[in-house]
Amino acid sequence: MTTKSRLHIAVFLAPAVLVYTAVMIWPLFNTLRLALYTSGEEGRVFSGLMNFRTLFGDPRWSESFWNALGNNFWFFIVHMLVQNPIGVALAAILSHPRLRFAALYRSAIFIPTILSFVIVGFAWKLILSPIWGIAPSMLDAVGLKSLFAPWLGKEEYALTTLALISVWQFVGIPMMLIYAALLSIPEEVLEAGEIDGITGASAFWKIKLPLILPSIGIISILTFVGNFNAFDLIYAAQGALAGPDYSTDILGTFLYRTFFGFQLQLGDPHMGSTIATAMFAIILAGVCLYLFAIQTRMRRYQF
Amino acid sequence: MTQKKLTGLLLATTVLGSAVAASAQDVTLTIESWRNDDLSIWQDKIIPAFEAANPGIKVQFTPSAPAEYNAALNSKLDAGTAGDLITCRPFDASLALYDGGKLADLSDLEAMANFSDVAKSAWQTDDGSATFCVPMASVIHGFIYNKDAFAELGIEVPATEADFFAALDKIKEDGTYIPMAMGTNDQWEAATMGYNNIGPNYWKGEEGRLALIRGEQKLTDEAWVAPYRQLARWGAYLGDGYEAQTYPDSQNLFTLGRAAIYPAGSWEISGFNSLVDFEMGAFYPPVQAAGDECYISDHTDIAIGLNAASPNADAARTFLNWVGSAEFATLYANALPGFFSLNSAPVAMEDPLAQEFVSWRDKCNSTIRSTYQILSRGTPNLETETWNASVNAIKGTETPEAAGARLQEGLASWYEPQQ
Repeated sequence: MTTKSRLHIAVFLAPAVLVYTAVMIWPLFNTLRLALYTSGEEGRVFSGLMNFRTLFGDPRWSESFWNALGNNFWFFIVHMLVQNPIGVALAAILSHPRLRFAALYRSAIFIPTILSFVIVGFAWKLILSPIWGIAPSMLDAVGLKSLFAPWLGKEEYALTTLALISVWQFVGIPMMLIYAALLSIPEEVLEAGEIDGITGASAFWKIKLPLILPSIGIISILTFVGNFNAFDLIYAAQGALAGPDYSTDILGTFLYRTFFGFQLQLGDPHMGSTIATAMFAIILAGVCLYLFAIQTRMRRYQF
Repeated sequence: MTQKKLTGLLLATTVLGSAVAASAQDVTLTIESWRNDDLSIWQDKIIPAFEAANPGIKVQFTPSAPAEYNAALNSKLDAGTAGDLITCRPFDASLALYDGGKLADLSDLEAMANFSDVAKSAWQTDDGSATFCVPMASVIHGFIYNKDAFAELGIEVPATEADFFAALDKIKEDGTYIPMAMGTNDQWEAATMGYNNIGPNYWKGEEGRLALIRGEQKLTDEAWVAPYRQLARWGAYLGDGYEAQTYPDSQNLFTLGRAAIYPAGSWEISGFNSLVDFEMGAFYPPVQAAGDECYISDHTDIAIGLNAASPNADAARTFLNWVGSAEFATLYANALPGFFSLNSAPVAMEDPLAQEFVSWRDKCNSTIRSTYQILSRGTPNLETETWNASVNAIKGTETPEAAGARLQEGLASWYEPQQ
């Protein structure tokens, strides 16, 4: 009797599970499997962990990989240090009850998020272009022309510039999430604080911030996953070669070049899958670290 | 009910449609290509000329975007939906298709007799025993310059490297024009219009290129490092912020008349013709000392082959024979100035700039880009590395010697004759 009554659960779950398996789980595991093969004289040959040995052991492959991973970390750090604090600050300002035109600011800040990467990459390339861009003429107008450099073309600035462009595009997301979290803080808590003499900025630091910490955690992990999967902006702005001199090469572009090939280089799906597997492992490790080490220790408050 | 009717209607039209097509007894050939820029030229000039001479064969030109072409073509060939005629990229991309049985062997095609061995080399097996595409055109490298600017500043067309740099100095000193329009943002121009443009003069064209393939020369030899040394001097003459200047930026700088010299490939000719309002001239890469023999990069770039699975092979061969004829060569070279026929028959061209480019074939020795045949098969890829090294040389972030050593090490890591 109990088994019969539970059959409908499987039936109702089936469509979603089947679709998800077909378009997500199966391709994912197939990619992981592909990493264990190489193409030999007679088609595909099983080679165990050989590809990983090449990726981490061969000086040329490993140099590219560590370069890409290092760049990825820098990309992530810039987002964590710039995007998320600005997002929190903007949300705090927007949630201020006496701010006028809050809805207007909110939409204006959020709009870049809905733009395509291609448009953002192209628009910023034009803005920063040393030849036609408005950035050099704007700096010139305030007499700071000497500060201008062809940022996207210099090894030392290109990656940071792209990271800041990405921050500009996505700062709306942490802002929205934190804004929602701030709105859900009950008035009574704040009023109780006021009675105890906690007002203004100290109300933010002592009451609101602890209450939105879980949201900040979620934003951090979203930023981490998004940044380590990033590809589009770099590809749109700098091309698959991630110039200058691979200084903006992140795991996504490295994977793309390897998997699909580039110019005269033919694609290598097996090494490409190896890189994809490494990316998967890195992201998985990061997410697990967050879930088990940080989130479980975070204090939650029930209202 | 309505849906059933609709299905019936659709079914009927398909059956009727194919019946009509069958009754006409026409064969339709479809051409796969990456030259979507040339769509109107094929539709208005080339295909009508062929169809007029060959009633009963219809031709359709169905190009895709250049960047997607290789991937799209491979999947179409695998799925069996590719067209009858395949436009061939030079060297390994097409060789891989032939080895995979996707392209038919065309060695016995009559029109093949109209092409020299060098012209066919890009679409042959390594031992030269089989040719699988009919060569269509090559592109020549050199420098396009603004004649008005040269006249204004009293500069002669440079013949030697010393003249070349003297000219650049003069333009820079005057300050009206940017001496040379090239950027390093997209990287490939530095290698294609830089290294492989001026390089053949140093490595003596085919002689050095083949010696490198045989393993008799190394990328650390003076002949292969010296071009980087010249590129390192270019940096000072490029526009402000050239590090972030893209390929379209460079084209615009030159066609707007803001730059005096443009390191070029002949494929720019038709585009530039429609944009500039000054007179353009061209010169081949200046030689090291007066009287030295000159070498130019005359790169075999485009050909057309037969899909091995095509059901219309006979009609397709008729078309390919026509592509190999002098008639096609004249038609194509004039419709697309800058894409030069590889046909042995001389082709009369009307465009003066194109004539200037092609006249170098008589004065100089032709070669192809050094990295294209065989040497870019492995990882690290020599072509991509050359882009990178050329950019580094121009910016001065890597010395020419270090770049040569890095490239040699990479090549030797997988290419046996260099080990």
